[in-house]
Amino acid sequence: MMQPIKTIALTFAAVLVAGQAFAGATVDEIKERGAVRCGVSGALAGFALPDSQGVMQGLDADVCRAVAAALLGDATAVEFVPLSAQQRFTALQSGEADLLSRNTTWTLTRDTSLGMDFVGTTFYDGQGFMVPTSLGVSSTSELDGAAICVQSGTTTEKNLTDYFRATGMSFQPVVFEGFEESVTAFVNGRCDAYTTDASGLASIRVSNVSNPDDYMILPEIISKEPLGPAVRNDDSEWFDIVRWTVFAMLNAEEAGITSENIDSFKGSDDPNIARIMGDEPGMGASMGIDDAWAYNIVSQVGNYGEVFERNVGASTPLGFQRGINALWTQGGLMYAPPIR
Amino acid sequence: MTIQYNQSDPEAAKPARAAFYNDPAVRAIFWQVVVVGGALALVGYLVSNALENLARQNIASGFAFLDLPAGFAIGKGMLDYDPSNTYLRAIVIGVLNTIKVAVAGIFFATIIGVLVGIARLSPNWLIARFATVYIESLRNVPLLLQLFFWYALLVEALPVAREAYGPVLGFYLSNRGMNVPLPHDIGFLGLLVGIIIFLIAAIWLYRRNKRIHDATGETPNTLGPTLIMLVVFPFLGWAAGGFPTDFDTPALTGFSFKGGGVVSAEFMALWLGLTLYTATFIAEIVRSGIQSVTKGQWEAAGALGLRRSQILRFVVLPQALRVIIPPTTSQYLNLTKNSSLAIAIGYPDIVSIAGTTLNQTGQAMEGIAIIMAVYLTLSLSISAFMNWYNKKIALVDR
Repeated sequence: MMQPIKTIALTFAAVLVAGQAFAGATVDEIKERGAVRCGVSGALAGFALPDSQGVMQGLDADVCRAVAAALLGDATAVEFVPLSAQQRFTALQSGEADLLSRNTTWTLTRDTSLGMDFVGTTFYDGQGFMVPTSLGVSSTSELDGAAICVQSGTTTEKNLTDYFRATGMSFQPVVFEGFEESVTAFVNGRCDAYTTDASGLASIRVSNVSNPDDYMILPEIISKEPLGPAVRNDDSEWFDIVRWTVFAMLNAEEAGITSENIDSFKGSDDPNIARIMGDEPGMGASMGIDDAWAYNIVSQVGNYGEVFERNVGASTPLGFQRGINALWTQGGLMYAPPIR
Repeated sequence: MTIQYNQSDPEAAKPARAAFYNDPAVRAIFWQVVVVGGALALVGYLVSNALENLARQNIASGFAFLDLPAGFAIGKGMLDYDPSNTYLRAIVIGVLNTIKVAVAGIFFATIIGVLVGIARLSPNWLIARFATVYIESLRNVPLLLQLFFWYALLVEALPVAREAYGPVLGFYLSNRGMNVPLPHDIGFLGLLVGIIIFLIAAIWLYRRNKRIHDATGETPNTLGPTLIMLVVFPFLGWAAGGFPTDFDTPALTGFSFKGGGVVSAEFMALWLGLTLYTATFIAEIVRSGIQSVTKGQWEAAGALGLRRSQILRFVVLPQALRVIIPPTTSQYLNLTKNSSLAIAIGYPDIVSIAGTTLNQTGQAMEGIAIIMAVYLTLSLSISAFMNWYNKKIALVDR
């Protein structure tokens, strides 16, 4: 008769010992683990896609590596967690990922009601449509009554609805959970158009269809999609580190520092460059990281321009121009606060 | 020493009683209270812990989001829906879609399952082998893969909407689905009433037939009267409605069909996949039920001069139903829950819509709680109905 008492008592003890499930200080956790856990897409060419050796390549992936270089001094200390559009916020909220670098649009609802904060924008994008050239459509205003394939749980779905309501047109949504399934349905003619961020459309046209010339991206951009990394809102130290990693990459490009020529800037007289290189102390200590944080970022991963050109730039199959993603000195939107 | 039951000494007549804490009844109640209380305490602790963590991270909680406008579109469904409707309406549409595919799936899975189960036991070698091949192949492949297969088949083999097959009697077939003409006149209600009256009359006739058969052993002819009623009652209903002939036919305008109704390719693929998959399990259950009836029953019925189909219908299947119904209930519940795979092929069921809702509002716990509540209700209803049916047709052992 003692068995039931033992079982019940042990259960209670275990439950109480498991304790309050609080989210602890993220930076301490990462330092203890020795790697940054980074949530990425894992399926989007140019942003996060494993190459033939299984190494994650892309703009989002390189941002993760830059953060690891800043905090831990080693750009390879990253664990990539592939996440679907539906899982991504829950994964960040629950602690499965420390940083969400998954071409996520910065919106008010996401910034305020999901328990996360966006650190900035790494890619200014907009939503567009892709149609087969054989459809004979040259503008989104001709899409009244069309069937449109879209991925579930994204801002894309909402923008699509808003756009068609605003223009008084109607459409038939075909909503899939999986990215591959939605593209396959579009390619097979189940729907007339596919919609997602313009960068995603270019990525699909290059890598997911048999003949890119059979498809065209319509000229209209129907929404603002500032894509950027996000962190949980319970650790402002971690927030600062990630945010200033992105700013450091932009400041380095502004100062002309690349991963190739960085060592030539050692001992520079320019105080601005000295602070980026870590020769002038204090910039890292205030965030609790090594003063050589920006040096590590640029030497191991590169400045923003290098990361852009390497993953989505003119020499890649995606072939994006800098456009609005250029530095403010070149007429674009990329403007970082100074490191001082 | 003899025991003396002395009437004037009631204390001596009672047997020795154990202390109350050794009484089995008291102990049983005590442990039940402890376990139930412990379970409730555990649940309460988990819920309060979750709520505390959500509040700490400033994540919204509660069901207030159900009154907010949804902001996403859903493919054509049973109710009118506009993206400015509330999340609650969107979720209701999701529930209706799930019920629609579950009911259609259960109905046809049962029919196909029973037929295939009987076929597998057929003395005809070819039919039995066909049934075996069907059962063994579809039973062993995961359902998700089967759904992908059917959807890919429908989407790739059928032509695009602009080159659809048809019109055949107003029906069109394309890789978007089947477009059907719908009755457009209110007078068609008369036809519907006529059909319902026919069904009621046919059931009444069948039961009267059974009563006469049980009483006298005669089987009066029902085929003739049934056919006459099948023609007369709907016709009278149609006439009462004013002989309406107006149909809302689909017509290809621009990108898609306007007018009429549509059975989407997603629904067809999901229904096909679920039905054929679950039918294999029901077929095996039916086969086991039939084999559970002792051979003596077959032989005795054969000795009475009954044909094989009559033996199945009057002797074997009524006894086999006792064995068939409980596992079949499980298969119905499996079918209902397997319909949650719909989101993989683009059908807007409750999981798909609640998933979109939870992604847009960020409230994962409430979204999952809604999904769980829906499936729990559906499953409990199905099993309650099947348990009632099981009791009703149970053989009374004399």
